[in-house]
Amino acid sequence: MVEALYNLFGGEGPFLYFLAITASIMAVVLPLTISVAFAVYFDRKIWAAVQMRRGPNVVGPFGLLQSFADGIKLFLKETIIPAGANKAIFLMAPMITFTLALISWAVIPFDEGMALSDLNVGVLYILAISSLGVYGIIMSGWASNSRYAFLGGLRSAAQMVSYEVSIGFVLVCVLVKVGSLNLSDVVFAQEGGVLSWHFIPFFPIFIIFFISALAETNRPPFDLPEAEAELVAGYQVEYSSMAFALFFLGEYANILLMSVVMAILFFGGWYAPIPALDFIPGFLWLFAKTAIFFWLFAMVKAFVPRYRYDQLMRLGWKVFLPLSLAFVIIYSGVMVYAGWLPSHG
Amino acid sequence: MDFASTLPAAAFWLFAAITVLSGLMVISSRNPVHSVLWLILAFFSAAGLFVLMGAEFLAMLLVIVYVGAVAVLFLFVVMMLDINFVELRQGFLQYLPIGALIGLILLAELVTLGTAWTFGSDISLNAASPAPAIEQVENTRALGSVIYTDYIFIFQTAGLILLVAMIGAIVLTHRDRVGVKRQNIGKQNARRPEDAYELVDVEVGKGVPMPTKKG
Repeated sequence: MVEALYNLFGGEGPFLYFLAITASIMAVVLPLTISVAFAVYFDRKIWAAVQMRRGPNVVGPFGLLQSFADGIKLFLKETIIPAGANKAIFLMAPMITFTLALISWAVIPFDEGMALSDLNVGVLYILAISSLGVYGIIMSGWASNSRYAFLGGLRSAAQMVSYEVSIGFVLVCVLVKVGSLNLSDVVFAQEGGVLSWHFIPFFPIFIIFFISALAETNRPPFDLPEAEAELVAGYQVEYSSMAFALFFLGEYANILLMSVVMAILFFGGWYAPIPALDFIPGFLWLFAKTAIFFWLFAMVKAFVPRYRYDQLMRLGWKVFLPLSLAFVIIYSGVMVYAGWLPSHG
Repeated sequence: MDFASTLPAAAFWLFAAITVLSGLMVISSRNPVHSVLWLILAFFSAAGLFVLMGAEFLAMLLVIVYVGAVAVLFLFVVMMLDINFVELRQGFLQYLPIGALIGLILLAELVTLGTAWTFGSDISLNAASPAPAIEQVENTRALGSVIYTDYIFIFQTAGLILLVAMIGAIVLTHRDRVGVKRQNIGKQNARRPEDAYELVDVEVGKGVPMPTKKG
């Protein structure tokens, strides 16, 4: 993507290259930020529909501009720093959360050859960045100097470390079949319509991945770090104004990231469900699939009551971990003995 | 692009400087939580150095394992400490000799390594064996083809040691507490409505008869 843009400029030199990189980053981040704003709206509309309410319907046609109104409101508010807070870390935490939520998108292939960085270890990169996501939360929890925030931070740390393990094992299963850590290669392995998409051979572990993704993004039913009934808002308790907005945007960017990763890993990425429909641009297909997963995320929030903390830990360590570990052994065993391993020179 | 060669050099100096500086801050900052955060920054920029060397797989592993898991647990423990800065300073002179000794030993080892390092006589044979150029093989695959073939026993032994350490940690910290109410999922799932409640027709003017006891 960067190289293509660089060649398009027709010139040479570090400045143009820098310009090409910045433009490509902007081409990813700007649509992403706008999508996040609409995702929040979409989310609220879905819960409203489930609960037979109208949801946001005042700002703009159908309330479409509600998120922007909220954004302006937050922007105009005062940033309050608690007296006992550790100022530097307190302010750094939301920035880290938001930055980490954005930089994961660098390796997402939106279409064939349309990735900011076609990294050879793209899957590991996503895993690494999402495992860093815990720092924003744990730092904000500690720096706020508040009991509720601290408890929320601790819960989140334990939760994210636990569910990352099963996400890792699910990824291993997919990688054994694909034979590459490159996200584009994962999509190439699913060419040829809906029947060759990964969700069919990987049906059970796809569900494990979805549930772990809910836990990893602190979404209900696993939103214990911010459980409003007991922790008020957990780690976000002391945050106001843009600092809060950064947490909020980061959270939604992470949810969109998990949706797009699911679409890439299990639902054929940019490929159309039937090869005849491939004339429609790939990134539209990816967008549609991502929207469907986001819809699922929103529906789960509307349907499922919150877990208790010990149940959450039990599910992570006693159910998902052994299950996903068993699937790694089963899948690799079957592939070795049936000779389905991908061959490389 | 001639600037393509200067960019990695600039990145190297940037990452190296951050690594060294944050390493210094780890031992010099007064607040242990700050120390851990500086340590995380050091890990992170070390991962950046790995990427510059083309060892992207190692870099990602460093971030996932050390930054994503080990340092989180560090932070977890350190954050829960009740920090008393005066007390922290008191032990300083007491620990100074042993700390200096360890530092000296490490320094001596590094100096020996740096000055007296020579290749063994038979290594040159290995180096001459045909290996694909570094651009043509992904380092994930390169590592895998070495670890799971030539070094499989060492690899398995390392795994075994980790397993023993894990079981040891669990055995040391696990204690059976008596009198704690626990949820037994199997028992809960085995409960049927007919075991849990019964419907009683109450006659007018009479109370509810004593429920029949059921398991």
